Amino acid sequence: MIDLTLILAAGVASGTILLFAAVGEIFAERAGVLNLGVEGMMLIGAVAGFSVAASTGDPWVGLVVAMLGGGLLSLVHAVITIHFRADQVISGLALTFLGTGLARVLGDGLSSAGAVATLPRFTVPVFADIPFMGPVLFREQSVLTYVGLLLVPLAWYWIDRTRPGLHLRAVGERPGAADAQGIGVVRLRYAYVLVGGLLAGLAGATITLAISPGWFGDQTVGGRGWIAIGLVIFAQWSPIRAALGAYLFGAIFRLILDLQGVPTILGVVNPFQAGRSATFFLEMLPYLFVIVVVIIGSREALRRRVGAPAALGIPYVRGERGA
Amino acid sequence: MTIRFEPRGEAPPWLSPVLTLAAVVVALAIGAVVLAFVGGDPIRTYLHIVDAAFGDIGVLSDTLVKATPLILTGLACALAFRMRLWNIGAEGQFLLGAWGASAVVLWPIVPAGTPAVVVIPAMMLAGAVAGAVWGLIPGVLKARLGVNEIITTLMLNYVALAWIQFWVFGPWSEGGFQQTVPFAREAWLPRLTDFADQFPLLAGLTTHLGLVFALVATAVMSVVVSRTRWGYEMRLIGDNARAARYAGIDIARYVIVVFAISGALAGLAGMSEVSGVVHRLQDRISPGYGFTAIIIAYLARLGPWRVVVASILFGALILAGREIQPSGVPAMIQGIIMFCLIAADVLVRYRIRLGGRVAATT
Repeated sequence: MIDLTLILAAGVASGTILLFAAVGEIFAERAGVLNLGVEGMMLIGAVAGFSVAASTGDPWVGLVVAMLGGGLLSLVHAVITIHFRADQVISGLALTFLGTGLARVLGDGLSSAGAVATLPRFTVPVFADIPFMGPVLFREQSVLTYVGLLLVPLAWYWIDRTRPGLHLRAVGERPGAADAQGIGVVRLRYAYVLVGGLLAGLAGATITLAISPGWFGDQTVGGRGWIAIGLVIFAQWSPIRAALGAYLFGAIFRLILDLQGVPTILGVVNPFQAGRSATFFLEMLPYLFVIVVVIIGSREALRRRVGAPAALGIPYVRGERGA
Repeated sequence: MTIRFEPRGEAPPWLSPVLTLAAVVVALAIGAVVLAFVGGDPIRTYLHIVDAAFGDIGVLSDTLVKATPLILTGLACALAFRMRLWNIGAEGQFLLGAWGASAVVLWPIVPAGTPAVVVIPAMMLAGAVAGAVWGLIPGVLKARLGVNEIITTLMLNYVALAWIQFWVFGPWSEGGFQQTVPFAREAWLPRLTDFADQFPLLAGLTTHLGLVFALVATAVMSVVVSRTRWGYEMRLIGDNARAARYAGIDIARYVIVVFAISGALAGLAGMSEVSGVVHRLQDRISPGYGFTAIIIAYLARLGPWRVVVASILFGALILAGREIQPSGVPAMIQGIIMFCLIAADVLVRYRIRLGGRVAATT
């Protein structure tokens, strides 16, 4: 039977993938750099983490290599967009193509089965006994889920409450003014694009080393990098809203899986049971849901006149108007 | 030492094509290094690509077959990009076009036994309309609600694939296999080999009428974009949206119309693929034509005739790439080509000076 606590707990687990990617993208975008290469960076992280963990037997080494892989790829984007001032959309798309192709080349011959040591899971004492929330958040979750839970308040605090965070926002909103204040616009943009890459690599490794071990080609990530970018818009560039959205999507993904497993719903034959063709309508849901969520985010942005960082997508050239 | 970028006033006209060519060469060199690194033999791989794509008239014809959907989807992207609309959804629009065309035969919308002169135009229309509808969704959302079209077009690709899968696994499945029954001959686009009776040289050549659609679309687009008022206004929006608004141009309407045409072109590509090549609907009908189209549009600098040239090159890569191991090589080379093109663009726009102090630029 479908158990709400289990679905939410599983949603938190698989939502962690989206959470890392979305928070990473928020850092990059708050600094004014749109990076559409999340899908590619996640794939690199997923394949690097999986293959290194498989060959060394140590998932932690895999995790580190995955983050470095994502970070390295993001630096390509940084050089192209920050130094060469190329169009961020084009460069981000190219990054996704490059990451996808490279991941498929590197992943050639990797087993699709989860023949790899995964990262540890554990229950947090005391917290796990909190009614309802305890079992959802703190029971038998992967260590990465807890890292995600810690990352969100930290990211929020960093961006909204600290001086470096103020500099980050200044670079994304008014780079000219930030530059006049002596803030290194180029340096900070590089740094936060790199943070985005490291987190996207982590998100990829979260798939292959914690949530659903195995390498299934591009299907391993299956569009979740793009969902993360959609989430950033929905989240209005706030890590906390992004986390809520990520967990919600995780739960939806999980519910879709569960729905395919039961033969009947409330006594009616389940048209979405695995093997039936109507399952494909179920598979559309997350993607349709992203569209709905992005529409909501866009409407809100229009109404409240808040939204994307003002300098998002615009290369910074010292002394140029509008910078 | 510092690296400085000085904007060029006017780049010499030969610079852009030369750098584009150089970018492709550099990309292939980088790809070779990566191939060698993962244990492949780059020189043999590349020679194999050339031989398998241009080696004789037969494979050349196959290359053109692969180029056909790329030209149409490439035009779809080039048109949208010209207005700075990021239609990343050509893949989904292609699939919907293939579905629409298949529906004509399989639903069936026209009864069995209808002659080809009716069936083929009906399939073209259905494919283009289905693609256009799929393009209109992000177009309307963008024009009316300001919704980011990159996300919506991308998500609709996944939805389109699931939609196709529903039909080929479900209502149209051929005995439970992931494909429909083959179309009747009336629904096949004529191929060169169909005329082998009169011209024996054409035997075995699979190039089909879709190539003519693609070339006609190219010609029409090159005239419309560069020689009509509509094309002028569209380009103005792309170059300077603010100026276009002051000039009284209804930008929202252009966004919707361009998205519809872009979707229709990609949809026609899907129709041409099911009717000219596969002759049935399958879920694996596209090896990513709609994504390669993005790179093609960029490589072609959005020029319609250059899209044709770029499509033939990428058609060769896809055709030969099917036999190359590891299977990700063509995708990787595409990504590297795109990055080299971006870098080449920088050299067109800026003069790079090494050394010296940074002068206050104004």
